[in-house]
Amino acid sequence: MKRYSAMALLRAGLTGQRGWERAWRDPEPKPQYDVIVIGGGGHGLSTAYYLAKVHGVRSVAVLERGWIGGGNTGRNTTIVRSNYRQKPLHDLFDFALGLWEGMSDELNYNVMFSPRGALFLGHSDADMTQLAQRGDALRCSGIDAELMTREAVHRLVPLLDMSPDARFPIHGGLIQRRGGTARHDAVAWGYARAADALGVDVIQNCEVTGLVMAGGRVTGVETTRGTIGAGRVGICVAGNSGPVAAMAGLKLPIEAQTLQAFVTEPVKPMIDTVVMSQSLHCYISQSDKGGIVLGGDPDQFPSYAQRGLPIRLEKAVAEAIALVPALSRLRMVRCWSGTTDMSFDGSPIISALPVDGLYLNGGWCYGGFKATPGSGWCYAHLLATGESHPLAAPFSFDRFANGATIDEAGVGFMPQLR
Amino acid sequence: MMLIDCPYCGERAQAEFTYERTLDSIVGLDMPVEEVLARLFSRANPRGEDRELWRHSFGCRQWLVLRRHRRTHAIAAVDPYAPDEPE
Repeated sequence: MKRYSAMALLRAGLTGQRGWERAWRDPEPKPQYDVIVIGGGGHGLSTAYYLAKVHGVRSVAVLERGWIGGGNTGRNTTIVRSNYRQKPLHDLFDFALGLWEGMSDELNYNVMFSPRGALFLGHSDADMTQLAQRGDALRCSGIDAELMTREAVHRLVPLLDMSPDARFPIHGGLIQRRGGTARHDAVAWGYARAADALGVDVIQNCEVTGLVMAGGRVTGVETTRGTIGAGRVGICVAGNSGPVAAMAGLKLPIEAQTLQAFVTEPVKPMIDTVVMSQSLHCYISQSDKGGIVLGGDPDQFPSYAQRGLPIRLEKAVAEAIALVPALSRLRMVRCWSGTTDMSFDGSPIISALPVDGLYLNGGWCYGGFKATPGSGWCYAHLLATGESHPLAAPFSFDRFANGATIDEAGVGFMPQLR
Repeated sequence: MMLIDCPYCGERAQAEFTYERTLDSIVGLDMPVEEVLARLFSRANPRGEDRELWRHSFGCRQWLVLRRHRRTHAIAAVDPYAPDEPE
């Protein structure tokens, strides 16, 4: 792998920037691998990377139905933060955030991680109480959290509607300064390139159509490019976990839903932090290109359509404009949808499955992107050793049956309640 | 926008309806624990048709059974929910 650097860029400039090699190979599938990861999203690719890097497992294939960066990795709103409420989520997401901080160096690929702060708005006394409680919980776990007054929020985001008759009054906020955004495609490409350099086969246009079973154990996969044998098979296809698990005759505590996002025309810098309201469920950030990226609610019924309801778009836009009236002057240029793996308690599943040799990483609801490196780290540990990583142990497949659920929202166990 | 043909009210916008759960995840009071857990916490989640329990929450408030395709959103049937009917 030719290393990327300012010097290499400068040197290549003398010859017209020709002679760059492709970022990763386009290998034919081999007949047998130690580990097959189904799904070439950020999570699958980071799993493969850490399998090779941390555990020395080099005989790894990542099988991707489409192309790298074409799924949910390229469909999210790129927000990275670890300010959850529950301890197991603190541990997992903050470990991931630590990996985000060093990711560009680690992968020799600029993922444009920008810790510009992730701000939750409080719209009432009750909101502020809840944010203070969350902040306390975060600080008890050693995670940065700062409660902000109304004035401090106004200084940070001057374009917020702070007038006395604002539709959503702002009482203050809670910020995680280490949170921010990253360039989502670059995360997938960076992991693919780095994994490839360690000998991992990243195989695109290769859809898994079935599992090969022998003696009650998964021994390989059937694909559109032939049968491939494997010591262990890891499902890593959040958004499509149900149909893949069904190949092993399993039903999961997951239901697929649609979540959409939108972006406006690019403008000069106007919002330099991630502004979120969990009471409204609206989140606003500005990409490095200048577009204002907005997201809202999922559709709240099962769907694989990859197109969202107009009423969800309308609600998110109405909320964003009420919070930042200046947004009303911008034209929306694109909206798109991804399919989210809605688990029943809102938390992911990184676990062995009741079929030998088969593992699951899924159920990320609408919060998977920020976990990409931590998810891959833990899943690589599971696929290499057969044992759960301590950080991932609470996210087991059987937690629903034994009652040890991780219900972040505290609303009960139905996927459409998230 | 999906239109759902409520057997009581006629065609109405999807926004008037709420999804509850799949028909095979309804739990009976006299079911054994294992079956209750399996029904509550697992879903076939097909990339195709499933039978779902919906409610016309912002209309007649009746419970309905939809046979709906989850990729195309095509609705094959909307029936009144009859609790004693076998699945």
